Amino acid sequence: MTWTEDWRRVRAVAWKDLTTERRSKAGFNGVVALGVTILVLFGFALGPDTRALHDAAAGALWLAVLFAGVLAFNRSYQVELESGALDQLLLYPGARWTIFTGKLLANATFVGLMLVIVVLVALVLFQVQVPSTWPTLVAVLALGALGLVTLGTFYAAMASRSRSREVLLPLLLFPMLVPVLLAAMQASKALLGGDLMNESGAWISLLVAYDMIFFVATHFAFSYIIEG
Amino acid sequence: MTSTAAVFGDSIEPPRAGRWPYFGAFALLFLVGAQVLALVTSPPDRDMGDLQKIMYVHVPAAWNTFLAFFVVLVFSARYLWKHRESDDLLAAAAAEVGAILNALTLLLGMIWGRPTWGVWWTWDARLTSTLVLFLIFVGYLSLRAFVEEPERRAQWSAAVGILGAINVPIVYMSVKWWRTLHQMQSSPSTVDPAYVLGLRANAFAILFLMIYMIRRRYEAAALARATERASQAAALGRR
Repeated sequence: MTWTEDWRRVRAVAWKDLTTERRSKAGFNGVVALGVTILVLFGFALGPDTRALHDAAAGALWLAVLFAGVLAFNRSYQVELESGALDQLLLYPGARWTIFTGKLLANATFVGLMLVIVVLVALVLFQVQVPSTWPTLVAVLALGALGLVTLGTFYAAMASRSRSREVLLPLLLFPMLVPVLLAAMQASKALLGGDLMNESGAWISLLVAYDMIFFVATHFAFSYIIEG
Repeated sequence: MTSTAAVFGDSIEPPRAGRWPYFGAFALLFLVGAQVLALVTSPPDRDMGDLQKIMYVHVPAAWNTFLAFFVVLVFSARYLWKHRESDDLLAAAAAEVGAILNALTLLLGMIWGRPTWGVWWTWDARLTSTLVLFLIFVGYLSLRAFVEEPERRAQWSAAVGILGAINVPIVYMSVKWWRTLHQMQSSPSTVDPAYVLGLRANAFAILFLMIYMIRRRYEAAALARATERASQAAALGRR
């Protein structure tokens, strides 16, 4: 089993998931619509004062992405369970972690596309100016999304195969994501305000560390949970 | 799969209580003694008066919470390594007792915080990260409640327990950066010498009580598993 073979397997799983998504589109449209709806509801909760909306934009954005993302993670295994596809997938030879990486890649693409739309809507709804530091902001969005997707894809592998998955996934996932959400929200907020105090650097290094630690840990743990 | 199932199916005997009830009685007496000792030896605090006495449960409970979750980490890792059902049940028992101690820490902290800080709750780093830790292990225990198949439950909760334990220092650091207000962490070196003896004694008292409770929860869980297996065997017509 060489690295190129593993990589081919990863791509095959990711491509399969994305093709299923592309052919139906219902899942993606639904999740994006939910993300936008949550943003509107945050507007009602915090507005109509423009200043309050502006200050809360980063927090509202990340919570909208989190709540919409949870649905995407469960979906990505649910489609596998319907006709025993997961058992088939496990029968193929090769390392188990490639299945996880493939699903992670597909979910990252899915959430990344959703993030682009939700961010654009948030910029308009919460009346945020695009800051001059926008490349750093894009990096924060990517790192935050990666942490979210890594743990989301991992916990959904269990939650989607248990009773009452709708409750179990958020219950497991949200407390684990506290560092990612805090770091992503604080860094985004600082960057949207121009980051005069240069706060975002520390948060970005926390995001990088968190992403790396859990990327490795979930890859190790996945083979234990997928067979059970 | 069959090999793990075979190991898993017949591995543990229902545990006997043995001398554990004596240990339980000892732990309880030790706790009473340690509390009396602490209350007698400590003078009222200059600022807080007798309110300071909450420390003799709050701080040992907090220390032992972290210890309990370390036990979860160790037994979860050993379960993934050796596939012994007893390790899984011990990790679960430690998580239950740890969650109780964690809740006790939070509640006593709130009771202490109200008169000293004037609020029941503040978003300070250690309060918040202790609360997040509690939520992480509520998640762990819910996973166990929602998954019925024992082997699957054991595998999954071991993975969740390990990831949860890895996250504890990261959560603490992130919340600390977010904001901070709590006094320095209590250790015998930051506490006035008059309080040290009582604090140490109670740390051991809560530790003994925790060990006893983990053991009893483990016995109960192992008996429940033995009952399940016996009724399965009966249903399959084996004796």
